[in-house]
Amino acid sequence: MKAISRVEGRAYPVGLKNIDTDVIIPAVWLKTISRAGLGKGAFESLRAVPGNVFDDPEYAGAPILIAGDNFGCGSSREHAAWAMADLGISAVIAPSFSDIFSGNAFKNGLLAIVLPQAAIDRLMEVARTYDIHIDLETQTVTTPFQDRFEFEIDPFRKHCLINGVDEIGLTLKSSDAISVYEAKLSADRPWLAPNPV
Amino acid sequence: MSTPQTLYEKIWNAHVVEQRDDGTCLIFIDRHLVHEVTSPQAFEGLRAAGRRVRRPDLTLAVPDHNLPTTARLDSHGQPIPIADPESAQQLEALERNAPEFGIKYINATDAKQGIVHVVGPEQGFSLPGTTIVCGDSHTACHGGLGALAFGIGTSEVEHVLATQTLQLTRSKSMEVRVEGELRAGVSAKDVVLHITGVLGAAGGSGHVIEYTGSVIRALSVEGRLTISNMAIEHGARAGLVAPDDTTFAYIKGRPMAPSGANWDAAVAYWRTLATDPGATYDKVVSIDAADIAPSVTWGTSPEDVLPITGIVPDPSAFADPSKQEAARKSLDYMGLTPGTRMTDIEVQNIFIGSCTNSRIEDLRAAAEILKGRKKAANVKWAIVVPGSGLVKQQAEDEGLDRIFTDAGFEWREPGCSACLGMNPDKVPAGERCASTSNRNFVGRQGPGARTHLVSPAMAAAAAVAGKLTDVRALAN
Ligand code: SF4
Repeated sequence: MKAISRVEGRAYPVGLKNIDTDVIIPAVWLKTISRAGLGKGAFESLRAVPGNVFDDPEYAGAPILIAGDNFGCGSSREHAAWAMADLGISAVIAPSFSDIFSGNAFKNGLLAIVLPQAAIDRLMEVARTYDIHIDLETQTVTTPFQDRFEFEIDPFRKHCLINGVDEIGLTLKSSDAISVYEAKLSADRPWLAPNPV
Repeated sequence: MSTPQTLYEKIWNAHVVEQRDDGTCLIFIDRHLVHEVTSPQAFEGLRAAGRRVRRPDLTLAVPDHNLPTTARLDSHGQPIPIADPESAQQLEALERNAPEFGIKYINATDAKQGIVHVVGPEQGFSLPGTTIVCGDSHTACHGGLGALAFGIGTSEVEHVLATQTLQLTRSKSMEVRVEGELRAGVSAKDVVLHITGVLGAAGGSGHVIEYTGSVIRALSVEGRLTISNMAIEHGARAGLVAPDDTTFAYIKGRPMAPSGANWDAAVAYWRTLATDPGATYDKVVSIDAADIAPSVTWGTSPEDVLPITGIVPDPSAFADPSKQEAARKSLDYMGLTPGTRMTDIEVQNIFIGSCTNSRIEDLRAAAEILKGRKKAANVKWAIVVPGSGLVKQQAEDEGLDRIFTDAGFEWREPGCSACLGMNPDKVPAGERCASTSNRNFVGRQGPGARTHLVSPAMAAAAAVAGKLTDVRALAN
């Protein structure tokens, strides 16, 4: 995972609630065996609407997206995070995220930042004309004005994001503990071994 | 005496390999289901890092999402190639990756093939008290057996393949208690649609839900799978139903399930799993069975649920301004006007299938309504897609296929089909579909497709009437 500690730039002011994974990347785009190139299909149905923010030159290349409640609900497709990354987005700010999406975002170094609705409303306003600044180290979102919003993040996730930690590598360091668990499991619950079919 | 625990806490505690100071746990995964769409990049990652699959014996791969549901073998018994090159490539990747990493693979022409969430329980691979993951959000389905089952992304698929564990933090717990007796014409699907309407699409966020109460206890395992399947549609991480004698009777004798002395040991363990008296949940929601009617969705979020006797809502009637906005967009997409009676909405397509409703009891319920009837002339496309080859065989043995084809339905090969617009089965833009699947999102069944989620019996009734219909008017 690539390290990330700061994101600065324009933000797509989307604002909608319940933006589901089929909106982020429709199923027809999932027939790929690679992680790259999904930006083309990102937010397809929103982009079909004339005057949408994604095709507005004002926001070209914006690294941030602002959304409403329950962002990323729906499917477990990590393609949603890949598509957003491919579009050049490094952070999403919303009042809440679906559990699976925020996990997928984290694994791909995409910041999923939770702020209260009042902060979202203010950022939506600022985003129309100004840059937004996110600092993971200090856990703040700031604007060129006096706005300063603090956000929570799990300390382990913060550490992994800032240092670009390979999570599998990290878990593999616990291989011995896993082996001990497995040995105990086959003694305690031998019936767990599936009958071969 | 030890502190009373919930079913969720018991399963969680039994799977902790290690706990970090911040509370994050390394959780052991007992069962991993793999399909073609969310796995290629995970196998690619393993290959790039020179890693192997730690426990291929706990992993089962089966293709479902991409597979066309038309005939798979030609008249000489040879496999028919898949026309779409990208789908074919994804399926070939799984066919290659499974043996390369030593994983058991059920191929597209095997009678055991089907939708991952139908195959797992059917084969006895999914068991109570286990942790089950799959790169698919409807993995919650297996919770109907009393397993802690949830969907994961591709990076986590890779993590589980390499380590047989996941780094997780404990979710909060919620009890959704459904008490009373279901009214005539009300099925498990109506119960879960109703729950989703009550909780909202994000109501279960951050929680694992245990469904309890007399209604859940009285349901068959298949009905419980239908309920738990849609836990994700009210935002929950996972759904659970405590395993009981109904569960054990369902599992006994299934090919991959424990047998002999192992069976007795397993049942003895499973009996200890139910939530202890006095254990508490972070949140409790009570639902009265008498309030549940045959249900249908009107919008583009699964929370947009109404009884079939309802009328399309007026967006300005919602208290929350962002919901008003969402409802306006939904109605625009769905081509509906506030005040329209749900029973006046014509449908052109019927889909009976998906991991929510493609098991034998679902097909029986639909066939019961269709027996001796025909689909209405305005219904252009009506398909039944059994959840697995074994469900298909069973239905054919019972003569259900004939009832469907006589009624004007197509009888297909197993797969995800029109549940998601990925394989050739799609609903045309601007047309409506009464669908037994689980998501009515914009474009879910194909670009511009308009989905109304219903139970199998309600889908059958809609086929006969050519519009959304109260199944109680047609019950045999
Ligand atoms: S049937 Fe639908 S919901 Fe179920 S696994 Fe397939 S695509 Fe997902």
